[in-house]
Amino acid sequence: MKARRIIAAMAAAALCSAFMAGCSNAGVNSQPAASEPANNEPASSEAVEPKEGDGLIKIGVINNDPNESGYRTANVNDLTKTFTKENGYDAEFKYSLKNDEQIGFAQKFIQDEVDYLLLSAADTAGWDSVLQDAKAAGVKVILFDRTIDADESLYEASIVSDMDKEGETAVEWLKGQNLDKYEIIHLQGVMGSAAQKGRSKALNTAADELGWTIVNEQTAEWSAEKAQQIVQSVIDSNQSFNVIYAENDDMAKGAVAALDKANISHGVGQDVIIMGFDCNQWALKELLEQRWNYDGQCNPFQSSYIQEIITKLENGETLDQKTIIMDEKGFDAATITQDDVDNYGI
Amino acid sequence: MTAKTTVKSGSFLSGLLRHQIVIPLAAILLLTLFNLIADPSFFRIKLGMTNAGNPVLTGNLITILDSGSELAILAIGMTLVTAASGGQDISVGAAIAISGSVILRILCGPPGAYSGELQAPIFVAFLAACAVSMIFGAFNGSLVAFFRIQPMVATLILFTAGRSIAAWINNNKLPIISDDRFSYYGGYLPGVPIPTPFFIAVICFVITWAILKFTNLGLYVQSVGINEKTSRLNGLNPELIKFATYVLLGLCVAVSGFIKVSRVSTLNYSVIAKDIEMDAILAVALGGNALSGGKFSMSASVLGAYVLQYLTTTLYKFHVKPESLSAYKAVVVILLVILSAPAVREKLSSLVKKLHSPASSAGQSA
Amino acid sequence: MSPAPFFYNEMKVNDMREASVLEMRGIYKSFPGVKALQNVDFTLRAGEIHALMGENGAGKSTLIKVLTGVYPMDAGEIQIKDKGPVQIHSPQQAQQAGISTVYQEISLCPNLSVAENIFLGRGEGRLVSWREMNRKAGTLLDSLGIRVKPTQQLASCSIAVQQMVAIARAVDMDCRVLILDEPTSSLDESEVEKLFHLMRDLRERGVGIIFVTHFLDQVYEVCDRITVLRDGKLVGEYEIENLPRVQLVSKMLGKELDDMADIKNNIPVYSEESFTPVYEAKGLCSTEGIQPFDFYIRCGEVNGFTGLLGSGRSESVRAIFGADKVTGGEVRVDGKPVKITKPIEAMRCGLGYLAEDRKRDGIIGDLSVRDNIILALQVKTGFFKPFSKAQATKFADEYIKLLDIKTASVNTPIKSLSGGNQQKVILGRWLLTHPKYLILDEPTRGIDVGTKIEIQKLVLKLASEGMSVTFISSETDEMLRTCSRLIVMRDRRVVGELTGDQLTQNTIMNTIAGGEKE
Repeated sequence: MKARRIIAAMAAAALCSAFMAGCSNAGVNSQPAASEPANNEPASSEAVEPKEGDGLIKIGVINNDPNESGYRTANVNDLTKTFTKENGYDAEFKYSLKNDEQIGFAQKFIQDEVDYLLLSAADTAGWDSVLQDAKAAGVKVILFDRTIDADESLYEASIVSDMDKEGETAVEWLKGQNLDKYEIIHLQGVMGSAAQKGRSKALNTAADELGWTIVNEQTAEWSAEKAQQIVQSVIDSNQSFNVIYAENDDMAKGAVAALDKANISHGVGQDVIIMGFDCNQWALKELLEQRWNYDGQCNPFQSSYIQEIITKLENGETLDQKTIIMDEKGFDAATITQDDVDNYGI
Repeated sequence: MTAKTTVKSGSFLSGLLRHQIVIPLAAILLLTLFNLIADPSFFRIKLGMTNAGNPVLTGNLITILDSGSELAILAIGMTLVTAASGGQDISVGAAIAISGSVILRILCGPPGAYSGELQAPIFVAFLAACAVSMIFGAFNGSLVAFFRIQPMVATLILFTAGRSIAAWINNNKLPIISDDRFSYYGGYLPGVPIPTPFFIAVICFVITWAILKFTNLGLYVQSVGINEKTSRLNGLNPELIKFATYVLLGLCVAVSGFIKVSRVSTLNYSVIAKDIEMDAILAVALGGNALSGGKFSMSASVLGAYVLQYLTTTLYKFHVKPESLSAYKAVVVILLVILSAPAVREKLSSLVKKLHSPASSAGQSA
Repeated sequence: MSPAPFFYNEMKVNDMREASVLEMRGIYKSFPGVKALQNVDFTLRAGEIHALMGENGAGKSTLIKVLTGVYPMDAGEIQIKDKGPVQIHSPQQAQQAGISTVYQEISLCPNLSVAENIFLGRGEGRLVSWREMNRKAGTLLDSLGIRVKPTQQLASCSIAVQQMVAIARAVDMDCRVLILDEPTSSLDESEVEKLFHLMRDLRERGVGIIFVTHFLDQVYEVCDRITVLRDGKLVGEYEIENLPRVQLVSKMLGKELDDMADIKNNIPVYSEESFTPVYEAKGLCSTEGIQPFDFYIRCGEVNGFTGLLGSGRSESVRAIFGADKVTGGEVRVDGKPVKITKPIEAMRCGLGYLAEDRKRDGIIGDLSVRDNIILALQVKTGFFKPFSKAQATKFADEYIKLLDIKTASVNTPIKSLSGGNQQKVILGRWLLTHPKYLILDEPTRGIDVGTKIEIQKLVLKLASEGMSVTFISSETDEMLRTCSRLIVMRDRRVVGELTGDQLTQNTIMNTIAGGEKE
């Protein structure tokens, strides 16, 4: 009996890892289109000064699992497209959603004596000692997408999205619509996540200051179906509203499904304004077709920023500041073009 | 004999309490009562129009019947799995992501190829999803039945890997189906004002009822769940029966995955049906079924699923603070689960009997 | 008085014998709808073994549960020598009052060592010294004549040793009253003998022992006095020499009884070779390690497997039914070769098998009496042909009536029935399949005398109607009353076959003990 169980466990594990392997490969190889904007960026993409030896800059990239979200997939694709042999890099990529696994990867990279360690940490805590090791070994650390709780001296730079700013950009746009009344349904992401906090904060501040009515504020946990139910419940209780502020595209889509069902018009020049975030390609198409009004970007294309930093460091320059906040756009259905959809959609 | 000294009302009440379906029914009654007092408009149903010009019924009750469908369908399969194997399948959420991805993959063709034309008939996609889900169900089932791995551990494998598999099926793309016909199954059929998911749930329930009525599935599953050794000696094949329940759950997963994908015409593999396995298990528990297997009541589980949806809709309706939404839900669910635990029902039932029996024995001796 | 040392002085023992160590007076206990105990008195003297007898439902277990604090009593008084009237509301209080219980199902921890089991849960607020504990346990076990290493894991000991360890644990906790509830039902004869030796030893030391059992032989072997209960009332208290066996049974049943005599007259007589075997096996063996054996049974014959516990008698019938994995042998049913490797195949050949362990292999506890009765037939008829509820109820009612099963309704879960009635339900389940050949492994274990006799009679009646029955029982006299041919097993092989005049206690004992096949 025991032997049987062990065989079963092994078989299961083998199968499991086979699937996993299949998935991560697929994630890396796919989506040539999505990463194009990285190359369009005007930043210094000219080849970096070759180093001694094989002339390649050795980097180790630790990222979250590309299957985590559409955002992450775009992010991973962007990085893998940029850090290639042709561009002068010898890069190795490791993915995990678990902090301790990521720390393990980091230790391995330090042993392999990489020149740069690029890190998007799963969790903010627990990185001190491994980053000290990196410093001692002369490995330069660049954080992207996520920050960590560690002394600034332990890394060279940190490239982040400013979620607060994303929210503020969106709310500024909403103010600019000059509606007679603001009655808003606020669909929140998973409570406590950075994106939720940043995007909620701007709206809540504006609502307080300008006396906007928040008809309903509820978490749909990034899920379209839950968002649909929440908006449905507002419709069912006969409350009036004219703005849906959804903290990601999926939830906006769910909300729109509820509106369609209740024959409530939405989009440019219609009854209800639809706002989403993340700039999924399909969401930008909705904007293009005037069914939605606004979509805020959360820029996954960090490779150009990273490349710029590496070039500077290789040339012996110093960085003006450690924390670099990326440019992020907000798209208005009134002004969006097909090029925007192609370039910025993830 | 001296044995019959209880009055009718007492024995009726205590007998009723012993019956499983009482708890979900009482929960529905309580929620209804609460809503009636707090805001009777909760129950208003209106005939409206969709953007496409279809007549539809709207209202909270309709929303409950509509949104609770997937959970109810899952609860059917989960009840069988629980009863036969004394454990639960925690991979149903991930499996829904897989079956949904399969549907998208079949309808949209290879990643990137989709241009608005469906690449295959919808029912072909649905059948493919059924086949794939049942294969994954069979994988779980064989681990549980033939290799005797704890159900929760066995299904943990798919729970962990499932969403990655789902992502891999469509190469991490999230195609959106623009064909209206596809949205009928998660929305409304043209001209029919009642949401289609509810019909699908009813059909599933009727089929299940018929299977339980016209085959020995119920007797076999319960026997195996209660006493595997005895079942074997009475000519049953416990492994095969456990295995079969997981395959059936796979079928339920495919159906609810189909509805879920149809609702928004796409899916986000990392979010779709998240935590639905826990809700499905809760529905089974709310139905008063022992999670350690054995006797079950299918209708109680299905009602349990709608109770959960009723609760969610009520909480949304009353604008509970988002930070405390899960806390409210947890408190109510815990209360219900405690009340529906077989041990507690037994205690309650004998308590009622006790309250009634002094009066009756006094009456008898006088 | 200081806590009484367990080892009394030799001189005192005689005085102690006369003094009662426990007195229960006017005990009442009722459950909703049932008066379980009505004005029951019970007296236990120090240094005696006192049998508590009664049919299932007579109130024995209720009385014991009241005494051990499991149930509160409605009225009455319990007195313990030197402690006066005591209030017992919990098993812990019973323990403190010096009352210890060893149940039929041993409630020790099988994965701990013998010594750990003896001292478990008795931490006197200090760290355990393993060596000290093992030494103490060794001394205790030696003094009781139990041969087992204190460090041995309990699960690896035989049931009998486990039981004795449980007794040792009870005894060491300074007990004056030791309750043994069906301790012998899973022991074979030599083990029972060891247990009796221990009980007698304890009696010499002045412990009062309450012995609950269904085995009449054992009562007459070790007990000094008998208290008989019936329908929750006290029938009487007797010195053993004043109460012959037949009278005891009639007092338990509440009627004059000459059923035993009836049965004997019913044994059918066969003419040799007049029937072809209904079932025949050659070189049958299974994974459970029995030696290949040949076996046959004729139409209308009742035969039996006998041997000590663990001799392979149960394994043999399990191989016949395909309950264990069959590894070899040729089987013919009605002369035609068949393959029986799974129970369902055996059932399709017209076999039925009532397993030894009712709880584990017999009942589906939570299912109703009806479902339990129809189960085997339902499986036989197939997945797509369920009986209607009305049909199932009809079947169930038929056998409830035929076997006189006492149940509130067909919907009652079988687990709430008494042991004897559960057994009858399972018997009914197999009879409903109308088997040609029915195997009954210990059908009378742990059930009351009345039901035992009913089952024996039923077996003979079925045989006279043409059914073949294989009957296994630990009680040899029961086998002698029912079987016309006995297959004797020792050490997992068939060592003899007894018929006709050979069917006596002595021949069986000799064959089991090692007399060669004649």
